Amino acid sequence: MESTTTTGRWRTVDIVVAAVIAVAFGVIFWAWNLLWNGPASAVPLPGRALMYGVWLVPAVLGALVVRKPGAAFFTETVAALVSVALGTEWGWTIALQGPVEALAGELAFALLLYRSYRLPVALLAGGLAGLAAALFDVFVWYPGYSWVAFRLPYLGLTVLSCVVVAGAGSAALTRSLARTGVLDRFAAGRARATV
Amino acid sequence: MVSQPLPLARPGAPLARRNPVAKLAAGTAFSLPLLSTLDPLTPALGLAVALAAVPGFGVRYRDLARRSWPLLAGALTAFLTMLVFGTVHSGSTWLGLGPWRLTTGTVVAAAGLALRLLAVSLPGVLVFASTDPTDLGDALVQNARLPARFALGALAAFRLVPLLGQEWRLLGLARRARGVDAGRSPVARVRLFAARSFALLAGAIRRGTRLAVAMDARGFDSGLPRTAARVQRVGPADWLLVVLAGGLAAAALAASLAAGTFRPLGG
Amino acid sequence: MATATVRLRGFGWRHAGRRRYALRGVDLSVGRGERVLLLGPSGAGKSTLLAALAGLLATDSGQAEGECVVDGRAGIVFQDPSTQLVMARAGDDVAFGLENLAVPAGQIWPRVDAALRAVGFGYPRARSTHALSGGEQQRLALAGVLALRPALLLLDEPTANLDPAGAALVRAALAAALPADTTMILVEHRVAESLPLVDRVLVLGGDGTVTADGAPAQVFAGHGATLAAQGVWVPGLAVPSRRGTGPAGPDLLAGTALGYRHPGAATPALSHVDVSVPAARALAVTGPNGAGKSTLALLLGGLVRPDTGTVAATAALAGHHAGTPPYRWRAATLARHIGSVFQNPEHQFLTGRVDTELALGPRRAGLAAPAVRSIVDELLVRLRLDPLAGANPYTLSGGQARRLSVATALAASPGMLVLDEPTFGQDRRTWCDLVDLLAGVRDAGRAVVLVTHDADLVTALADRRLDLPPGPADPDPVAPPARVAVDGVAAAGAGDRPW
Repeated sequence: MESTTTTGRWRTVDIVVAAVIAVAFGVIFWAWNLLWNGPASAVPLPGRALMYGVWLVPAVLGALVVRKPGAAFFTETVAALVSVALGTEWGWTIALQGPVEALAGELAFALLLYRSYRLPVALLAGGLAGLAAALFDVFVWYPGYSWVAFRLPYLGLTVLSCVVVAGAGSAALTRSLARTGVLDRFAAGRARATV
Repeated sequence: MVSQPLPLARPGAPLARRNPVAKLAAGTAFSLPLLSTLDPLTPALGLAVALAAVPGFGVRYRDLARRSWPLLAGALTAFLTMLVFGTVHSGSTWLGLGPWRLTTGTVVAAAGLALRLLAVSLPGVLVFASTDPTDLGDALVQNARLPARFALGALAAFRLVPLLGQEWRLLGLARRARGVDAGRSPVARVRLFAARSFALLAGAIRRGTRLAVAMDARGFDSGLPRTAARVQRVGPADWLLVVLAGGLAAAALAASLAAGTFRPLGG
Repeated sequence: MATATVRLRGFGWRHAGRRRYALRGVDLSVGRGERVLLLGPSGAGKSTLLAALAGLLATDSGQAEGECVVDGRAGIVFQDPSTQLVMARAGDDVAFGLENLAVPAGQIWPRVDAALRAVGFGYPRARSTHALSGGEQQRLALAGVLALRPALLLLDEPTANLDPAGAALVRAALAAALPADTTMILVEHRVAESLPLVDRVLVLGGDGTVTADGAPAQVFAGHGATLAAQGVWVPGLAVPSRRGTGPAGPDLLAGTALGYRHPGAATPALSHVDVSVPAARALAVTGPNGAGKSTLALLLGGLVRPDTGTVAATAALAGHHAGTPPYRWRAATLARHIGSVFQNPEHQFLTGRVDTELALGPRRAGLAAPAVRSIVDELLVRLRLDPLAGANPYTLSGGQARRLSVATALAASPGMLVLDEPTFGQDRRTWCDLVDLLAGVRDAGRAVVLVTHDADLVTALADRRLDLPPGPADPDPVAPPARVAVDGVAAAGAGDRPW
């Protein structure tokens, strides 16, 4: 009975739900920007790095829900493109950075041969994606900054935020979503008790 | 709101009419070289070129300014942050406060950063402002050979954006109706935001599942090779655009090299 | 006799994760060109049956038994237009199915145009799907399915989310566009209006088997009463009337010269509306789509601030809060005095369990735990939700979710209740439950404001009526016909992309 959910071929519902997760996060990012535009811009270093995790949630969540090769990459890339389309302060650069961090997240699942979708791999995916994103920022956007005062703390905080929010947060989010029944077409939702 | 009543670009403008994938490639060919240097001259030249191209995309400067305000805010933030945290200290000192110094070098580096952000982002804004999402999807499938099911799935989900925007607003109103609001505490606001986001996400996934069923009902998973109702072609003008974009970026770099201001990335 | 288009023998289906079979032992045959109306109570498995006929029940989502044979291609139209339309432009959406089935490019557009003409679609191909009313969207969805020339057309409550005008549009399109040799199976609540389209009625019982089959007159004559008791809208059976008998109470809320324009909309949704809401009375707000009914519900509910005019609560409703307008009240205060029930119950669910959902309102109002407990228990029993006390609200069926959303508004004991389309798509049983519930609320001295286009509800319950005049050409009263902007790209509103 679990056959189609374990073969590599993506069903239509896999594609559309991954894309919908991406698009929903695009909207959530836009609303998040509105909420924090003033305060966050005023406190860039600690605030932004700790908030970073949210941006990587689509990668991990997409993979945990869909459980197919390429899910992390597809979901995060689409989320990045949608957020560019809706207008972000980093503009087109997100369209370049998105696939990079998406690929890093995908790597985590690939390392375990796409067989595990539990907490450890979620944390790893969050961490790798966060590391990729932070390295991109540190070399492309903050090259003239001090390593000690800015770049290393930025790397550390970003990775931490991504492990916690994008990694553990996505795992918890998947469980909460499964409880509402919206994931019934997916393996992640099958654990729900028989009604 | 997540939708605007005014179109930003005139569809008939010469650059807007180009193949979407060509426009995307041109935008990338233009932006990537600009990222390779830290000096302010290269991105300033790049920005000037991009701004000159704006009418070619059928966009009015006024509309562009209005739409790009998050970008301008971001550039300003980057500028100010660099002033505070930058380690480039050369030239004459303007201000000194204990260990922190503001020098000409710092200002130049900060300006470089802000200009890079604008120069790299502007082409992307123009590309998106002048491209219909369906046309982009078609071109990605026909010209860039991306898998059709994924491109269409993403396009179908993207169509839900205004609906999700409406849902977001309704969810806020519904929470108020249930007696839940955030008051002053930022923690409460974040928690409320998280709850609202969760409801949006669950609703969106449910919609997506139904949409997937409807798409299958119309043969989306038939496995047959799809035909294309709307044809996207790549012509000489499109190639020219890509070559020109790359060439102009290279020219900006060359000018910076000649002026001796070139500062490569990797510091 | 010509071969049947549909043949089921002992067909059964059980969804993954459920104990009960959705369908069991279904035997039926439908011949070519027959028009069938499929009826049954909520939960009888009608949607499952249609999904099976359309070939949409994936092997990994449940277990099948028996035989289900469909001769020829099936096309299906679902209830919710916004989750059926795939593309941003009308013509592209109809072409979508044709592209999927590898129809040669040269034949696609002629077939699209033919399908749009057949259903009477009134706009050019470039029309944005987002800028269409619900009825128009369903017509478009129908065109998309008919363009594929199915042998079997299935419709799963196509008019449930539509107002009467939209529903009529869809029925007209069906009558006009369906080729004579296409078989049709229609699931509908509005039975009386659908009868002209069909020549046979099939009833699915609550246990998933076929309990009646035959010509409409014969089925309703023989089984009318049982069907009505199960929730089917049997034509000709009157609805109970629950008009208020006592005197009207004092005015609780008054709106004067109310006007509102949605952000980004070109025209106001509402202008210069005066309304007063008395206690112990049910006020029905009616009017065509676009008249601003939902907007008025938001204004009366204290959820948005009017652009012009004022909404003022009296001391009878809000005690010492009467001095400030409701939109300025804190949310907890608002919930205590005015309860709002939205069209989509899922928008208002905040917790993961039915009982905590009910407890939320009273707890925020500051009641002590034992009082909260007793309110919750009473409501659970009154609304027949007690077996579901621990269930996740998202997993409830349509009727159960609707009852829960009304119950949550009642839990905080507000003096006034505002409901937006409470009877949308409900079967007869839930409908009667709701009417009883609301009548009880009204008779207990509260005010009930109903925004609705359900004429039966108005007849049964309303003591007063406010009829809003038609608004400007705006299809959706809750939000303007927004066009998707991708950093400024308009996804083709009418006319700005000439083909």
